[in-house]
Amino acid sequence: MSELQPTEIAISINGTTVSVDAGTTILEAARSAGVEIPTLCWASNLTPVNACRLCVVEMEGSRNLVPACSRECEQGSIIHTESERVALNRKMILEFLDTTNDLSESTELQEFIVRYEADSSRYTEPSQMKDATKIEDDLFVRAYDRCVLCYKCVEACGDDAQFTFAISMAGRGFDTRVSTEFDTPLPESACVYCGNCVGVCPTNALQFKKEFDLRQAAQWEPERQKTTETICSYCGVGCTLELHTQDNEIYKVTSPADHSVTAGHLCVKGRFGWQYVQPPTRRPSSPDMSS
Amino acid sequence: MSDLKYTDATPDSDEREAVDYLVSDPPVRRESERWVISGLGRTRDTRHLLLPGLHQLQNVKGWISPGGLNYLAETLQIPAAEAYGVASFYDLFQLEEPEDGPLHHVCVDPVCANRGSGSYIEELRSEGHRVHESPCLGQCERPPASFVQMTGAENQDLTSTTSVDPQFFSGATSRLLRRFRTNAPTRLESYKEQGGYEALKSAIELGGTRVIEMLLDSGLTGRGGAAFPTGVKWQSVANHQSAPKYVVANADESEPGTFKDRMILENDPFALIEAMTIAGISTGCEKGWIYIRGEYTTAADRLARAIAQAYSAQLLGEAIAGSSASFDLEIRQGAGAYICGEETSLFNSIEGFRGEPRSKPPYPTDIGLFGQPTIVNNPETFLNVLEILNYGVDHYRSAGTPDSPGTKLFCLSGDIARPGLYEADFGITLRELLSNAGGVDGVLQTVLLGGAAGCFVSPQQLDVPLTFEDTKSHDLTLGSGAVMVFSTEVSVRDVLSRLAQFFRDESCGQCVPCRIGTVRQHEVLLQIGDSKADVENVALLEDIATVMTDASICGLGQTAASAVRSALTLGLLDESRP
Repeated sequence: MSELQPTEIAISINGTTVSVDAGTTILEAARSAGVEIPTLCWASNLTPVNACRLCVVEMEGSRNLVPACSRECEQGSIIHTESERVALNRKMILEFLDTTNDLSESTELQEFIVRYEADSSRYTEPSQMKDATKIEDDLFVRAYDRCVLCYKCVEACGDDAQFTFAISMAGRGFDTRVSTEFDTPLPESACVYCGNCVGVCPTNALQFKKEFDLRQAAQWEPERQKTTETICSYCGVGCTLELHTQDNEIYKVTSPADHSVTAGHLCVKGRFGWQYVQPPTRRPSSPDMSS
Repeated sequence: MSDLKYTDATPDSDEREAVDYLVSDPPVRRESERWVISGLGRTRDTRHLLLPGLHQLQNVKGWISPGGLNYLAETLQIPAAEAYGVASFYDLFQLEEPEDGPLHHVCVDPVCANRGSGSYIEELRSEGHRVHESPCLGQCERPPASFVQMTGAENQDLTSTTSVDPQFFSGATSRLLRRFRTNAPTRLESYKEQGGYEALKSAIELGGTRVIEMLLDSGLTGRGGAAFPTGVKWQSVANHQSAPKYVVANADESEPGTFKDRMILENDPFALIEAMTIAGISTGCEKGWIYIRGEYTTAADRLARAIAQAYSAQLLGEAIAGSSASFDLEIRQGAGAYICGEETSLFNSIEGFRGEPRSKPPYPTDIGLFGQPTIVNNPETFLNVLEILNYGVDHYRSAGTPDSPGTKLFCLSGDIARPGLYEADFGITLRELLSNAGGVDGVLQTVLLGGAAGCFVSPQQLDVPLTFEDTKSHDLTLGSGAVMVFSTEVSVRDVLSRLAQFFRDESCGQCVPCRIGTVRQHEVLLQIGDSKADVENVALLEDIATVMTDASICGLGQTAASAVRSALTLGLLDESRP
């Protein structure tokens, strides 16, 4: 450990030499060189857990494929990000997820499925995650049949953002689920309703109630939606909010992941305290004298 | 107002007492202290007590109740959801109130299944007992293996309930098993009479640098399956100046067909203690941990008694054997999770987290237990260290081959005349080994070498010398030294589906290739079992095997397809077979 690490190292990605600072991950190096690597459990505002393995790449000299999201570049590494072997592995991971979960609300995964020619029809009666949707409050729902166990919500609830630790992975193997202790309903758990878990969910397993209701009522119309940036009006921190609206009605609030103050995370007020923006449409026309 | 929120469920007095007994110095004693010292900040000091605490709760009530879990978690300042996440990871912890009576865990893995575990389970159930169909219990030499989990009393493994003598056999060379026959395992004097603690004396005289040189010269490699050079590992940790550093004995042995570590701990516990002490003082590690699988109750008990005696004789603790060195040793019991035999999962398990493996690199010798440099070795590897120090490098290398020096323990089970633990020089052939054990019971169909993560060997391959280099060149693996023998009476389809079920049950669920791949592999195998092994299904199996091997985080997923692949290569699933 006493040797000094070189501050800049050179690696080869798909035949092109890329020079990066020591400590850079393969994913960062590739993106700096304009090479795109698909990810699922990685997010810019969370610690990599390299659980989904979608970002695996071939590193010459390594028996197994390595996860680009967390593996740091080593001087002289020769990396292949789209070899036949890499493509087969990604195809299989996508087939595994597609045969297990409802991925219909993840446009990114749908694109990957097409790109890597994942073919779920090869499997006969595969076991699936068929959990019923948990609706315990008016703020968000948990549809674990869409949950790919990417750990993002657990990280956001824990020491990557909120430090509330209301949820954890529970169980083991295929029966692993994101859960509170003894599956206690969220309102009775340690949850503080910051909604940061919903903010990082890649498959819409965690979904704002308003969006869920619109989808359930078959009134989900992406072409009538827009996003408006504003500043949260609650306290002096001044978090940037993105108000997602359909026909001028808010259905979700997020913050940009690259925002210097929020890193994409909000508190309960910024995330859910927007009802006052949209007062009830029926305003009283005369004073209520009944009491 | 606290910084961690718990539900209203409260413990009863038994649960409270069990936790209080365990935790004498909790991070936070009073509610108001949280504001001052921030409970979570000190979690690190006590979180490793979570696993022992869960064992206590499970034992006093027969399950872990919401109130008990709350009390334990709050005492240790662990978020309730995380404590639940840990408890629900292990097979030996129940999280729903069960019916009364002990819980019988009966092995349903191939060897025990072929030797009557099914009818034993039926018998137990008909008598009204609760039964859990368990993965391999490491008692394969006396099938069907079982383990009884009690409430309010000591759990019982087969060693404590039967009077069968341990079955062990040495060929020409008896080294690792030299004390087995004559040793009284829980008496320090007996161990010393057999030459015990001479190696520690030499190690103190020689000094750490010389000890490590001897290990390097001896060519000793790890016996847990990966065969990494032990001297290199020790040297790497010795070179780290950062304190503290740790020595860990990985006695989580859960590989189907493997029972050598249990036999070592039951019959020669002081040898492990002595060898770990040598590791500690030679590499500057101040503390050792022995992680022993939860089902090995006799082994854990004997080991605990041996440790206590070593402390009273000043062979552990401060100023060991009159030197200035100090070394402490602690036991941790697993709770039914094969994955915790993976070294980084084992660290997480000791630290009080879910037993999910970590990414490597960094390797344990740099960042291991509690983030510190750590030596992890298998008990068999540790016993070899004593041989090298007691008898010298030349003598050590006089057995075996230049690339695989010394002797190896083999666990023989299944259709064999004398199942048991065998010691043989590296280079013995499988044919010789089977004949030493009295020959095959019936007509040999195949041998599963190296456990569930190993490979099938055909009767035509019996002359391959059992060394690391020869098995590797034949695409085989010695693995943990498990040798499971199957006669033509056995259905290989059934064996394969049980192995696939084993991996499906034991995957930790962290990474997608293993969490879902082990399930798909099992499903496709069952479908092949129904019809003929059609081209598409075989191709699909091969693709599943590829992604598990290439892209899984740890060795479990990376080897989960190994046995299935080798069975297909050998044609063991062909139509003409049973």
